[in-house]
Amino acid sequence: MSFVSYLLNGISLGSVYAIIALGYTMVYGIAKMLNFAHGDVIMIGSYVAFVAINSMGLPIPVAILLSVAACTLLGVTIERVAYKPLRHASKLAVLITAIGASYFLQNVALLIFGANTKSFSSVVKMQPIQLAGGQLNITGETIVTVAACIVIMICLMAFMKYSKAGHAMLAVSEDGGAAQLMGINVNGTIALTFAIGSALAAIAGVLLCSAYPSLTPYTGAMPGIKAFVAAVFGGIGSIPGAFIGGILLGVIEILGKAYISSQLADAIVFAVLIIVLVVKPTGLLGKQIQEKV
Amino acid sequence: MKKLLSLAMAGVLAFSVAACGSNDTPAASDSNAAPEAAEAEDAEAAAPAEGGVLKIGGIGPTTGGAAVYGLAVMNAANLAVDEINAAGGINGMKVEFQFEDDEHDAEKSVNAYNTLKDWGMQMLMGTVTSTPCTAVVAKSAGDNVFQLTPSGSAVESIAQPNAFRVCFSDPNQGAASAQYIGENKIATKVAVIYDSSDVYSTGIYETFAAEAANQGIEIVAAEAFTADSKTDFSVQLQKANEAGAELVFLPIYYTEASIILTQASTMNFDPKFFGCDGLDGLLAVENFDTALAEGVMLLTPFAADADDAATKSFVSAYQEKFGDIPNQFAADAYDAIYIIKAAAEKAGITADMSASDICEAMKTAMTEITVDGLTGAGITWSADGEPSKDPKAVVINNGAYTAM
Repeated sequence: MSFVSYLLNGISLGSVYAIIALGYTMVYGIAKMLNFAHGDVIMIGSYVAFVAINSMGLPIPVAILLSVAACTLLGVTIERVAYKPLRHASKLAVLITAIGASYFLQNVALLIFGANTKSFSSVVKMQPIQLAGGQLNITGETIVTVAACIVIMICLMAFMKYSKAGHAMLAVSEDGGAAQLMGINVNGTIALTFAIGSALAAIAGVLLCSAYPSLTPYTGAMPGIKAFVAAVFGGIGSIPGAFIGGILLGVIEILGKAYISSQLADAIVFAVLIIVLVVKPTGLLGKQIQEKV
Repeated sequence: MKKLLSLAMAGVLAFSVAACGSNDTPAASDSNAAPEAAEAEDAEAAAPAEGGVLKIGGIGPTTGGAAVYGLAVMNAANLAVDEINAAGGINGMKVEFQFEDDEHDAEKSVNAYNTLKDWGMQMLMGTVTSTPCTAVVAKSAGDNVFQLTPSGSAVESIAQPNAFRVCFSDPNQGAASAQYIGENKIATKVAVIYDSSDVYSTGIYETFAAEAANQGIEIVAAEAFTADSKTDFSVQLQKANEAGAELVFLPIYYTEASIILTQASTMNFDPKFFGCDGLDGLLAVENFDTALAEGVMLLTPFAADADDAATKSFVSAYQEKFGDIPNQFAADAYDAIYIIKAAAEKAGITADMSASDICEAMKTAMTEITVDGLTGAGITWSADGEPSKDPKAVVINNGAYTAM
């Protein structure tokens, strides 16, 4: 029974990684850049929700909406200020700018909210479900996180498949120059991608802090890196890949901790990543794109 | 595609390395250096009449993940320095105190030390955290600069003859915790959750484990976590639960402890919890449900709500000036400045002595003084730099520390 319990914990942790990874993978797929500030957008989203609930006394759904709105705005602003001017610069310049944006956000949060840890009260008010005579305890956070993750993934896939904006994203992803020639607003599409990715970051932040209730200016950094790994693991640019990568990463991390060594958990996660990339360099579901000369 | 991926992996490596160091711009140290520079000019202008200026440097993290500790030390030390200067200084010398940020990073700490040397530091009050302290002690021993760390608790932090400390060493805390649990028959089956990437946590765990055997305590589960995976403790708690632990020993810092307490409560695991001075600050975590901390026991030398006059006046002065309730690190730093004062007066330090001469005189004086501070009464030091004082245990009762 403890195995099932570990597995559920892993899926719950993995779902959070997956929601963050969806944001990474969308931005990478369309703008072909790594938004390292994504993890810190999560942190800002959590702080917004924290302030809305605890200082302003807003109801939880309103607080979540406010957090989503703030992150969307933040994501679009970062894109406009830090990334758009570098659209035709080298990949390395954009990467460094993204790392810069990440540290900028951390330090702004440190300045505004201070280094003291804040304890985030869970937004999930659901009672835990007891199964197998109390041996198996499924928390409300687990259920909501997993459900939210699946719903978000399905919505995103439907959006890409059926909406006009989704088609535009696919076109920009495949060939930005050609898309522009066909009359697609490339800058607008990239901005929309950042908006969606950052909105997901807000939801991920609220769920992350509900399950693991400590909020500091560095809260987003490590989950951000793990989620990036999950996105690469699943095949960066692929939406189902981010989902599968996230869940697998969470499960491997928790089971590694439980059955191999709690110290080596991260080493195991990264070892699995290396093996996957050696065997399949594009990740589990990544597409091999032939570069034409 | 492969190129992009390798670029990406290089990026993630670079980023994770950077994240481990918790790097930030040292804005805080800059901002407080400016008024001190102005103060320095004033002091120098007035110096000849007052018997000179004693320059004490301080190092600690005022930004980054451990900023809580560094800021507390910086604030409390400034408070003590202001009090001493208002009362006439040390041996008639005015004290000048400059605090540099090290972001809890060993390399930056050594850089901060060099900056302070250039400034003309005559003795060092720092560093705040153990790992940087170990690096700086190696440098200060080479230069023969007297060093008193308020809170660097690792054994290696004061391995050199020029270094002393205010707080307990890690082994001391681990052994004292095991003795306390054993002698008061609090539990026999104990699980430990510790941070294997942190020298403080590992140090306490190791001596706890060694002493536990003598106290008839069985360690049923010893679970680790690392700096990179310190948000989810469900596995560690579940293993402790399955092993039948009556008490969970937490030789860790309060940030992780607040998550552990919350997660234990969601999974209906209700053992006793026992921690060391790192748990101090738990009740100050904003929005933390202090009901979860009820009954948590910790060994700490300082409780901000203690009733004695010294603690009360320190807490109210600190609160008035900085708006926070001081933690144990603040108390250690406040004591450290007064310890320096006591030793300097005993040794007859004068402002024109070189840092090396001061160090020699202070080393002898430290073993001869007895200090009544906030963190203990009648504290004395041995030549190896370890303080001798009684450990105090407190239990959290109705959201406040109560002596046990």
